[in-house]
Amino acid sequence: MEKQLLRDENDRVDGVYKVTGKAKYFAEYELPGLTYGVLVTSTITKGKITSLDTKAAEKAPGVISVVSHLNKPSAPAYEQEGGSPFKIFYTDKIFFNGQPIAIVVANTFERATYAASLIKATYAKEDFNTDFEKAVGDTKAKKLQGQPDYKRGIENAYKTAEVIVEQKYHLPIETHNPMELHGIIADWRPNNQVTVYAKTQGVKATQGTIANVFKIPIENIQVNSEFVGGGFGMALRTWPLEIATVMASKHIGKPVKLVITRMQMFTMVGNRPAAVQTIGLGANRDGKLTGITHRAFGETSVYENFTEGVVNMAKFMYQCDNVNTQYTVVPVDLGVPIWMRGPGEATGAFALESAIDEMAHALNMDPLEFRIKNDPEKDQQRNKPFSDKNIKEAYRIGSQKIGWKERKNKPGSLVDGQWKMGYGVSIGVFNANRGRASVKGILKADGTLVLQSATSDIGPGTGTGMTLIASKLLKIPGDKIKFELGDSSLPPAPSQGGSATLSTVGSAVNDVCVSLKSTIAELAANSNMDATSNFIDVLKKNNLPSIEVTKQSQAGKERDDYSMYSFSIHFVKVKVHSLTGVVKVDKIVSVGDSGTIVSPKTARSQMVGGAVGGVGMALTEESIIDHRYGRYINNNFADYHVPVNADIPEIEVHFINKPDPYINPMGAKGMGEIALIGFSAAVANAVFNATGKRIRTLPITPDKILATA
Amino acid sequence: MINFQYLRTTSAKSALALLVKDKNSKFIAGGTNLIDLMKRGVTAPEKLIDINHVPLKQIELVGDKIIIGALASNTAVAESSLIKEKLPLLAMALNAGASAQLRNVATVGGNMMQRTRCGYFYDTEMPCNKRQPGSGCGAIGGFNRMHAIFGTSDKCIAVHPSDMCIALTAFDASVVLANNKTERKILFKDFHRLAGDTPQLDNNLKTDEMIIRLEIPTNNLGKNSHYLKVRDRASYAFALISVGAALEISNNRITDVRLAMGGVAHKPWRLTASENFLKGKEATVENFEKAAKLAMVDAKGFGENDFKLQMAPNSIIEALTVAKSKA
Repeated sequence: MEKQLLRDENDRVDGVYKVTGKAKYFAEYELPGLTYGVLVTSTITKGKITSLDTKAAEKAPGVISVVSHLNKPSAPAYEQEGGSPFKIFYTDKIFFNGQPIAIVVANTFERATYAASLIKATYAKEDFNTDFEKAVGDTKAKKLQGQPDYKRGIENAYKTAEVIVEQKYHLPIETHNPMELHGIIADWRPNNQVTVYAKTQGVKATQGTIANVFKIPIENIQVNSEFVGGGFGMALRTWPLEIATVMASKHIGKPVKLVITRMQMFTMVGNRPAAVQTIGLGANRDGKLTGITHRAFGETSVYENFTEGVVNMAKFMYQCDNVNTQYTVVPVDLGVPIWMRGPGEATGAFALESAIDEMAHALNMDPLEFRIKNDPEKDQQRNKPFSDKNIKEAYRIGSQKIGWKERKNKPGSLVDGQWKMGYGVSIGVFNANRGRASVKGILKADGTLVLQSATSDIGPGTGTGMTLIASKLLKIPGDKIKFELGDSSLPPAPSQGGSATLSTVGSAVNDVCVSLKSTIAELAANSNMDATSNFIDVLKKNNLPSIEVTKQSQAGKERDDYSMYSFSIHFVKVKVHSLTGVVKVDKIVSVGDSGTIVSPKTARSQMVGGAVGGVGMALTEESIIDHRYGRYINNNFADYHVPVNADIPEIEVHFINKPDPYINPMGAKGMGEIALIGFSAAVANAVFNATGKRIRTLPITPDKILATA
Repeated sequence: MINFQYLRTTSAKSALALLVKDKNSKFIAGGTNLIDLMKRGVTAPEKLIDINHVPLKQIELVGDKIIIGALASNTAVAESSLIKEKLPLLAMALNAGASAQLRNVATVGGNMMQRTRCGYFYDTEMPCNKRQPGSGCGAIGGFNRMHAIFGTSDKCIAVHPSDMCIALTAFDASVVLANNKTERKILFKDFHRLAGDTPQLDNNLKTDEMIIRLEIPTNNLGKNSHYLKVRDRASYAFALISVGAALEISNNRITDVRLAMGGVAHKPWRLTASENFLKGKEATVENFEKAAKLAMVDAKGFGENDFKLQMAPNSIIEALTVAKSKA
């Protein structure tokens, strides 16, 4: 007999499934006749495939087929002119090292792996450049506008200010590296019926992409993705490797499973792009900002353009009449980047929030006091009031919890033997989104509620949040509610990205529950029952086994009237060893200002995860390429350092937890991104406060501490 | 598939007999490195001889020597009360390596046999003289932040990744090796090799030999000893620099001292000149600084690892200071 676990109403609805192994991830599905795909990848960085010898592989034991540009099945969209030049198996061009050039399908994974090693490719090589910083500095290198230039007031006003800070900040490539490896199971059956088990942040997006590429009706495609082992943005698109697997299944008429290797996770499924940024800040001696200039260069690929909101924050985060920004993307011969947690803003916030700290230091002001002094009353970029902003309260809570009063403004003041202690603070901000989603609700006379939507849960606890919204509105215990997701046949919802799921899908859940409630009230009235009657009694009295409703929900005019953001304040205490340069994060306090907290436990987990990711971004994570070969050097978990438990101190999370009056019926705003955005700057600022060393290139490794004067 | 034969044996004698029967065979114990190497295509043995059941797991005091069997697990050694009491530096070094899960299966002999973690060695598309003699060294002129500053050659600048071996080098341990005819004993410091012109050879174990046991003389260096590992994260990362330091102090004079460094050479690096300098001197920071300076005489950086020229002496000073401060 299974033991009954004690359950708190705020617990994850799928927590027991996850910790007992009952949660089934895409790679765990067994289909009759399942075959196994392994990708062959290019070993050159740029050029053309001149020959591909697949004979030995095809003869190897267990091999069913090798699919490449030589024999690919029809993918009508790729037969058309135009679009992205990297149409897998429809091009012989090599755009990056590690590009998939063939898929070997065999009756076991091991046999496919071995056969893949027998494939011989020859290439016509071309000169290449994978070094982003070199391309930025090369006046002849191609550069593209990433976002229209922005100007408010006088351009570069900082240059004539009483106090000036002008500095350059560097970020390396970061790789998402969720624990779960990427891949797909594709089953192409007769009459163009396709079922896939995918790792995706959007089942509808995956369904749409497959329909587009193969030009088959969208209803022919069923996408399942109930559990996802982390995404952080890398599963926000359907990658060439997934299309390759669908092609292979179409080609052989059998289901094919592909799970890529950890090494392939570095080249095929995107990364946080490298960036070089210059921030210019001007202030008067009283500590009021008079000019902000933010110029950024971001990495992109040669075959597809990628842009993100690197310079957004500078436009509205501080009260300042003169602001200008510029964002340029620079193509290099690497795989195309993709959004990674806190996309764009996390990159921009490292630069801006470091520079703000530098300015506070130049003014000999407490950086917290400097921030409060320049806190904007309204959004100057959009000339609108903020819908809800409680930054000053967040500063107050966070500074008290971290022990900010112990901080000395003079760097290097707190010493314990060889350790130097310091405190840092930074703001994170991200657009509080709300998209359009549909949810179906089925309220049953047995006392249960089923809610359905084709949304995803990559880990934040979507099902838990939705259940709590419904539970509160309909007064049904959480264990009587089932929220179904990760299935493309359910009512449509957007991909899980941009911290919008709770706001978007949660609003539809709200509307469904409100509707069900009013239907019950009507039924009660019609059958002469008390208005407060239990829905079970009402349904029974009306001989109804269940009632159901589908609601689509989206934002309205409120978004024209208000500027909507989620905010976070990160406080960090570090100690830095004078002799070895080792940085230890001693304490973390993150305060979230993101409206109502619907699901306290998973919200806290989000903030904790963001802080851990932030420690990684600040201190350890960097994907290293040997630019002579265009190949990654540290493409494994021993050498690509994500923080381990021993790197993470006590993390305190606090929430303002006041409803945003305008954004949605719950008053709740997303917080997946703000959990990370700004965090790296808080660490860098704390390192400066501890040592007087300003590290402007992430990650802050011990060698950089020693090398900095 | 690349098929290989798997055999299991229960005695050193039968293991050695199996070894000589087939040139392309390898012993496997914990397999924490060998399996990776096989998966990455760096090595492809035709026969794996599982020696996990060979009874060489002893950890015992015999006379004035501590004997550790080649198949004692890293955890068993690190957690042994004998080792914690008599050779705390060895326990500290072991616990600084890998993760608890890896240490549970990794053995003493396997730890000695582990290969470098140089990225070029593991990527079969890259040049590496250690993996493929004559193909060149990718790390020279490439990514060499983790690489050696002592005893390098123009063929290879890889480092030996072990923490355990740093402590063993410091303690004048010996290694007993055997083939199917005889046993021989060599000093631990002579077990590993410098890269020289033959970087493919990590050590002096002959192809027909097996590591049987370690013999470590007891000492009075336990109390004031410290293993410092400077790395990019707090656990599960290879050393940028590591230092094993042990002092015997009497009336604030250093009567005996051992110093060895990791992350700096193709083998565990004993700091003999620094030891000689410190012997008989007062245990002061000034003397530690002088000793650290002496240690660096022949050091040479390769660009990205130039920081080690500063981090290494700093770490020596820190390790000695902490060792001294232990009451």
